[in-house]
Amino acid sequence: MAVKVSIPTILRTHTSGEKSVEASGGTLGQVIDDLETRHAGLKARLVKEDALHRFINVYVNDEDVRFSGGLDAEVKDGDNVTILPAVAGG
Amino acid sequence: MLVIRRDLVDAMVAHARRDHPDEACGVIAGPEGSDRPERLVEMVNAERSPTFYRFDSMEQLRVWRAMDEAGEVPVVIYHSHTATEAYPSRTDVSFASEPDAHYVLVSTRDAHDVEVRSYRIVDGVVTEEPVDVVESYMFSHTGADDVPDAD
Repeated sequence: MAVKVSIPTILRTHTSGEKSVEASGGTLGQVIDDLETRHAGLKARLVKEDALHRFINVYVNDEDVRFSGGLDAEVKDGDNVTILPAVAGG
Repeated sequence: MLVIRRDLVDAMVAHARRDHPDEACGVIAGPEGSDRPERLVEMVNAERSPTFYRFDSMEQLRVWRAMDEAGEVPVVIYHSHTATEAYPSRTDVSFASEPDAHYVLVSTRDAHDVEVRSYRIVDGVVTEEPVDVVESYMFSHTGADDVPDAD
């Protein structure tokens, strides 16, 4: 199943500068694994010890996956996945 | 160097004063490639804390999408320090994720002398830069708002 994934500026070194790439999978975790096969290094920027990094926001369509299962969040054909690093500090 | 209009600096300072003693945070969008801050958006500090800030994730998604649709980028990302100087903290540096943005710090620790300073934060390295406060971008060397923006 194909989904569109929006890549933030800071991660575009892994996608040859592309703002948006395609991937497939039934869950967010599978989508990230699929991305990793073509964009090496991306997974380590998003996932740590089998969970999303606390300061990476990932959305499926309009939903923050933190509230819908994290890496197990369901992804369907045609969905839009958006990755945004949290803007945070002290 | 950050070239920025006085009304935008005043708006950041007013926001920081209003939210004191909690940290205030926000973004100033500008046309992609222009390096010209134009549209200030006050963001909610989801942490509501005097020592930490984080954009609310849903608000961030809406604001980032709106910028994308308008061909804008976050030219300035600002937040306040309410008890320390306007210098990026260790957490500011570790979470900085917009290598093209100017990180503006506003310190409200002295209510009568609010400090505004700007930095680049790239790969964990902080570089302070001069701030040139202008009345209008018309005569500053930011590439011209007297000429219509390309597309």
